[in-house]
Amino acid sequence: MLVTPHMAMREELEALADTFGRDRSALIPMLQAIQRKNGYVSDLAMQEAADILGIHPVEVHGVVSFYGFLGTEANGRFVIRMCQTVSCDMAGKDAVARQLENDLGIEFGETTKDGKFTLEWANCLGMCDQGPALLVNDKFYTKVTADQVADILDECRKAFGATALQAEKEWLV
Amino acid sequence: MIIDSSKGTLTYASQERGAGLAAALGMTPTALIEFVKESGLKGRGGAGFTTGLKWQFAAAAPAPSEAAATEAGTAKYVVCNADEGEPGTFKDRVILTDHADLVFEGMTIAGYAIGAKRGVVYLRGEYTYLVPKLKEMLRARRDEGLLGSNVMGKEGFGFDIEIRMGSGAYVCGEETALIESLEGHRGEPRNRPPFPVDTGLGGKATTVNNVETLAWVPLILSRGAEWWKSLGTERSSGLKLFSVSGDCAAPGVYEFPFGLTVADLLKAVGGGDAKAVQVGGASGTCVPAKDFGRRIAFEDLSTGGSVIVFGPQRDMLQVAKNFMEFFVEESCGQCTPCREGNEVLLEGIEMLEYGECSTSYLKELVKLGETMQIASKCGLGQSSPNAFLSIVENFRDELMGRTVAE
Amino acid sequence: MDLKNPSCDTTRAPVSQQGGVCTLPDLEAPKVTVNIDGIDVEVVSGTTILEAANQIGVKIPTLCQHPDLAIAGVCRMCVVEVEGMRTLQASCAYPITGPMTIKTQSRRVRQARRHILDLLLRKHYGECYACVRNGVCELQSLAEEYGVDFFRFGHPTEPLYEVDTSSYSVHRDMNKCVLCRRCVRTCVDLQEVGVYEAVGRSNQTRIETFLEKPLADVVCINCGQCINRCPTGALRANDPSDEIWAAIDDPTKHVVMQTAPSPRAGIGECFGLEPGHALTFEMNTALRRCGFDKVFDTNFSADLTIIEEGTELIIRLKKALVDGDADVKLPQFTSCSPGWVKFIEHFYPEYLEHLSTAKSPQQMFGALIKTYYAQLTGIDPKDIVTVALMPCSAKKFECNRPEMVDSGFKDIDYGLTTRELGAMIKEAGIWLPDMPKSDFDDPFGTATGSGVIFGATGGVMEAALRTVIELVAGQKVENFYDHADIIPVRGFDGVKYAEITVPEVGPVPDLLKDLVPSWDFLKGATLKVGVAHGTANAKRVMEDIKAGGIFSQCHFIEFMACPGGCIGGGGQPIPTSPAIRAARAKAIYSEDAAYEVRKSHENPAVLKIYNEFLQDGPCSHLSHNLLHTHYTPRGKFIS
Repeated sequence: MLVTPHMAMREELEALADTFGRDRSALIPMLQAIQRKNGYVSDLAMQEAADILGIHPVEVHGVVSFYGFLGTEANGRFVIRMCQTVSCDMAGKDAVARQLENDLGIEFGETTKDGKFTLEWANCLGMCDQGPALLVNDKFYTKVTADQVADILDECRKAFGATALQAEKEWLV
Repeated sequence: MIIDSSKGTLTYASQERGAGLAAALGMTPTALIEFVKESGLKGRGGAGFTTGLKWQFAAAAPAPSEAAATEAGTAKYVVCNADEGEPGTFKDRVILTDHADLVFEGMTIAGYAIGAKRGVVYLRGEYTYLVPKLKEMLRARRDEGLLGSNVMGKEGFGFDIEIRMGSGAYVCGEETALIESLEGHRGEPRNRPPFPVDTGLGGKATTVNNVETLAWVPLILSRGAEWWKSLGTERSSGLKLFSVSGDCAAPGVYEFPFGLTVADLLKAVGGGDAKAVQVGGASGTCVPAKDFGRRIAFEDLSTGGSVIVFGPQRDMLQVAKNFMEFFVEESCGQCTPCREGNEVLLEGIEMLEYGECSTSYLKELVKLGETMQIASKCGLGQSSPNAFLSIVENFRDELMGRTVAE
Repeated sequence: MDLKNPSCDTTRAPVSQQGGVCTLPDLEAPKVTVNIDGIDVEVVSGTTILEAANQIGVKIPTLCQHPDLAIAGVCRMCVVEVEGMRTLQASCAYPITGPMTIKTQSRRVRQARRHILDLLLRKHYGECYACVRNGVCELQSLAEEYGVDFFRFGHPTEPLYEVDTSSYSVHRDMNKCVLCRRCVRTCVDLQEVGVYEAVGRSNQTRIETFLEKPLADVVCINCGQCINRCPTGALRANDPSDEIWAAIDDPTKHVVMQTAPSPRAGIGECFGLEPGHALTFEMNTALRRCGFDKVFDTNFSADLTIIEEGTELIIRLKKALVDGDADVKLPQFTSCSPGWVKFIEHFYPEYLEHLSTAKSPQQMFGALIKTYYAQLTGIDPKDIVTVALMPCSAKKFECNRPEMVDSGFKDIDYGLTTRELGAMIKEAGIWLPDMPKSDFDDPFGTATGSGVIFGATGGVMEAALRTVIELVAGQKVENFYDHADIIPVRGFDGVKYAEITVPEVGPVPDLLKDLVPSWDFLKGATLKVGVAHGTANAKRVMEDIKAGGIFSQCHFIEFMACPGGCIGGGGQPIPTSPAIRAARAKAIYSEDAAYEVRKSHENPAVLKIYNEFLQDGPCSHLSHNLLHTHYTPRGKFIS
């Protein structure tokens, strides 16, 4: 039987609802799982999640747009979040940020053409004593220098898929 | 990749697992609450509400009938606020990395005190890397009978904990926004009253406590309220963790009794030449050097533990700008004073930066900041102008008549 | 089962879901005395500071607060000072549970309110004199009250958003939005349609549709309840008055107006009258002075609707009870509320066959004007312009439905709201309350009280029951209900249910003889009916039907999209509140009581049209062609 994207998404969300429940409090865990797997929450996912939980799609849209870690546009496989708050700022985040832009060829808020990297600003990551800090998916890099940027990116390229997928499995336990 | 932030051995390290819980279960819930009240323990997230009192309210909240309690599964909740997001704060990360067991134990004790069967840790999304370890620890506690039904053999007391993740929204550290988020909504703070202790998660009585607060509870139970009261000041009893960052020799997490002066703290962290210290994070106060004799305690400089040191070379306008940019991004956006006010203040800072702000407009901005402090819906908007206001008050000479912005 | 009390969290539930009336004060609750601005006032515990202040005539400014909606406490205009509290409190959201001393106008309070206004105006683009809400704008009033004479924190000089004019009914200009979120609470909580939500965060927050689609492309049912509750001009109806003036000015056009009952009960409010002041006959004169060639009463076609819809019900009942047809769909749903029709098309498309195929009175009338009336008068229907004065924004969408062209032309050219007509009358220099009275034009002139009560929730059901009882039982409805007032279906309870037993049956009237030879199958039958107003309540009834509850056993259910029925329609004067709607309803019921003929089947003009034009009777071939329609299953998924 031909499985449409619609049906596939429905099935995926039904499985998540089996795990997290079918009332509204399950919404954010469901969206987090979808975001983690797909890198974004699609139009379809929002509507299907709304249908399963008995709420309006626009409410799901409102929720997705509120949280910094959820989004409606496809992210790269590695989301690099650079802390911009005061301690990391004083520790020299600007140089690291510039190098990230140079080495990836994109600006903050953008995703590389190959879909591997998204570059985003983040507010205080909680690594204030060891800034400048980067959060790459779930992994922290601290006391980062502009010089280390290329190595960090290489590490990601080598581990392509693995880091994210491993965390995903642990998450869904 | 993450270096150990702890400076010195934290008192937590000496606590034996289960000891605090055993002591708590030896009391009646009422006696337990009295004990915690007696210790004077106040919320370590920054607001400083008396923990025992919070539990007392949650315990007293209309106890649903047995039948209703069974039907709903769980009648009350203990929520651990692990949405640490205040700029300059990272002590909860350290606690959750090294002493999470104490946090879970504190939650269990809180559950026993208020009559809750379920606890939820709301962990900020940035700390996802901690989840596997935390889950492992929860499993271990279940295996050892420290969680589950009949905790430590206590007939009729069952308690378990689940972990729920934040998704990148600072405002969810506000307890009612946190509850909204747990319920699947935008993290927009609620009107208070009703308070969570009365109408919290799912409409049920809920105590929301900070990571550090919960972690101290087992220690206070093991060592006694007197031990705790012997530390700190009369109105700010006990020990406090400080997250120190910025221009100092040894940034990291420090443990001190409440009541030390800013100067004492600077000395300990190697920030002797500081010209200002931000106490309490972005929503805290910027203390100039002339005020370094002020004490860090709820009765003077209240803080959740964030201390950011500014060396002599720092441009305080840039500091104010960075904080304001933070709030402009992190306001939830529902109430007018916070949503619009932060933006107006940031624009004002930019005017100062370019030397385009008249003295009278600056005065107007200060008044606006005061309006935001009293008219905003929640603590975020009520404190977001603090840094700006204290920098305007103390560093006027750095702000006015600037000629060229870099 | 208690459908009136939704299971959802009461802190979110708007008052209108609890029956369209404000929550009744709990008389058992303890009393508390508070002091407001030096005045002691005793209130029931749980009363908000705002309510307490209102009780003693202390006015506190509000913006996001609305009597129909859940409390938000977001605009902060209503902040007051409470002794002993560091921060100001939003009086709309603060329940009094103990003694307190409150100041509503201290220096701190005044400064805060002025700042909040300055902050709101900073993002509010537009000039008051070029705005549909000029004079009825809450933001404008506040600016006036607080003496705003300059923009302390600036004012936009350029629009940020494109105005969304995609919908036939509702236009959105987000440049004027002040983020009070009343539209969100209206659409999500009150109506449970779910078109709007706050999207984004902080200073990027805006009110959006799903995926930021144009209103025409989302699940909007055009009810316009958001317009009625918008404090500014951010939401408005799509106004056709320029086109109507052009038609009036065109000597080749014969411009025909039909007026629905609810606007008569509301239009006085546009002229400063208290709600509940019907100006039916003054309006007829004003319309003629504006230049309309004929003024007809929509009540005529409301009566016709009762005959057609009632006949359809009888046919369904006969099929089910006599012919044993298992496929016949019962309960039958009313179809005169275009908001409800679009609601069911989106959310319950599998139930579309339950909808009566009878068109709404507006559309029936349009089809007849461009056929029957055109024949009668010899006017070429292409030269006839039909305008419908409606309390409704959804009627604008309805008349533009592609299937509504059964006369061979667009049956109704323009749907005009009460507000828009009020403005047209003013533009013509007419002061409506001062107009002499005049009657409706022939040939549709005389109407009945049954048509009038269509305007209030339960009215269609009452009208239908008056006719069905008399036709079937063969005796006066007054024998069952005093003065023919069928009280069980009246009132503002969100959902109503009633049973009427037909003890004996009479002879089948001539009009229906071809369809049913005898009423015997209804002898001793209990007719079960339901009434729901506001789509949140409609949803409750639909869910009950799905679950096989009592409403699934009904024979006939009236649904109205708007809280209160048409008197609370999205085209009615602003503001709206439970009290205003109650006053309008009262006006309608007293008008009904004053009619000589109060039953649709006794309307002489209706009987005449079945004699002269629709000679095969109700639900016949011709009536099906002109007076019945079909529906579109739309579903709720958007691609």
